[in-house]
Amino acid sequence: MVWQPGRTDWPDRTVTVVVWLTALTVTGVFLWIVGDVLRHGLSGLSWGFLIEGPRDTGRAGGIGPMIVSTLLVLGVCLAVSVPIGVGTAVWLAEFARGGGLFGRLVRWSLDVLAGVPSIVFGLFGNALFCIYLGMGFSILSGGLTLACMVLPLLIRSCEAGLRAVPDDYRKAATALGLSRSAVLWRILLPAATPGLVVGLVLGIGRALGETAALLFTSGYVDRMPGSLMDSGRTLSVHIYDLAMNVPGGQNRAYATAIVLISLLLIVNVLTSHLADRWLHRRITRT
Amino acid sequence: MNAQNTTEVIRPWAQRGPCCETSETCIEVQNLSVHYHGKQALGGVDLTIPRGCITAVVGPSGCGKSTFLNCLNRMTDMIPGCRVAGSVRLMGQDITQSDTDLISLRRRVGMIFQKPNPFPLSIRKNLTFALKHHGMKRRSDRDEAAKNALRSVGLWEEVKDRLDAPALELSGGQQQRLCLARALVLKPQVLLLDEPSSSLDPVASGVVEDLISQLRGRYTLVIVTHNLAQARRIADHVAVFWTRNGSGQLIETGSVSQVFDSPRHELTATYISGLRG
Repeated sequence: MVWQPGRTDWPDRTVTVVVWLTALTVTGVFLWIVGDVLRHGLSGLSWGFLIEGPRDTGRAGGIGPMIVSTLLVLGVCLAVSVPIGVGTAVWLAEFARGGGLFGRLVRWSLDVLAGVPSIVFGLFGNALFCIYLGMGFSILSGGLTLACMVLPLLIRSCEAGLRAVPDDYRKAATALGLSRSAVLWRILLPAATPGLVVGLVLGIGRALGETAALLFTSGYVDRMPGSLMDSGRTLSVHIYDLAMNVPGGQNRAYATAIVLISLLLIVNVLTSHLADRWLHRRITRT
Repeated sequence: MNAQNTTEVIRPWAQRGPCCETSETCIEVQNLSVHYHGKQALGGVDLTIPRGCITAVVGPSGCGKSTFLNCLNRMTDMIPGCRVAGSVRLMGQDITQSDTDLISLRRRVGMIFQKPNPFPLSIRKNLTFALKHHGMKRRSDRDEAAKNALRSVGLWEEVKDRLDAPALELSGGQQQRLCLARALVLKPQVLLLDEPSSSLDPVASGVVEDLISQLRGRYTLVIVTHNLAQARRIADHVAVFWTRNGSGQLIETGSVSQVFDSPRHELTATYISGLRG
């Protein structure tokens, strides 16, 4: 039967009004944020802003080095976290299915890690990568710290994706005498791509938006990085710096925010597209 | 092509298959028992399965029929907390030993499940995936084997123009026949069928049943079924399982006419008459 709000009594009508209001509020807040950022930032956007280096501590010039640093930090983060994340997720979903003490310990650690504030990751990354491993304030240290931060999200959603793959495939494959690795590579991982993509989108979002953990690890030097061992300032750190430390940097901060949001969208679309191309299409391609 | 036409195509040649050669034993089960997490699910099963025949395993729900079937190709190894004791000999070789080559065992003993479970791949890849994995290098050989397997389940004419379409687009009955072809393409000696037609509509179920009947003589078939009429139609031998003291047991075994027409066990008599079970 179709639910008809018009014919219901007052509790139903209240619920209808409340859920509509909440949905409108969420949409309203989103539009407000985007509108605000665009209103303040659009005027500062130009081709030069995207490729030039900053001048006068960011009040003039552009954000070219920050875009490069951001992409490098993100690249290091994904290059490290995706293989480790998928590997751990496969172990959790396929090898430690029944639980077991170690499996439960790993899951519990991941859930705790997912909730740890990023500044704690920053302190840890600084102590381990910058000081103990001698990488100093560098893009490498920052990327590795972000990888630690993103891993729990990536592993848990990839694991959920694998667990959502029907057991029928595993049974059919076992009954055909197929090896575990062949089934995993050809069927289970491609079928779990949607879960992997959710993890990547969440992870990339968290990594691109990160400020606190990077202040201690990749630093905030605003020069164009020459290598992964150079310090580099990411877009989020730059926004923080412009907004907090540079009087008159407000509009530049907004313009940078537009670039950051656009970058987030582009990277997400690209990631989903690549995951689809490499994995999912193996099972859907006709 | 719709299901009705399919039936017309298949039924004429899908009469009762050749008679089975009953003198030779294919599988010999001795004192087989299965425990799940320490609780007995099946106990003291002794059964001889003749080569080239259809042996139906019947009995009420929860009496260990599927558990028994899963012991014959060691699918029980996949179930956490499952322990199997006793011996299962396939052509004289004990397959319950820990050093049994499971991959070659499962190539020799194929399995069809209750719910059709083709891989989310194309129709062609469903058939060639395992062949490639098991070392058939040439693509033309694999395609030829796939074609023959599709022919043997009467699916070739229906899908020959869309071999690269997703297998999940097929109807339920076609999917189950594809699964049958996927098992046959590996040229097994034994086929285990776990209620292979119970999730299908009556027409598709009839098609699958005819196919199974047709495989008699060429393969040794063990079919678990809830459908006594089906067991009576297609089987040569029947094994009746029953639950006693919380554990499944084999209570009667014999030829189909013996079990259905003159059952020795009182429970079998009430079960086949529909009074219990």
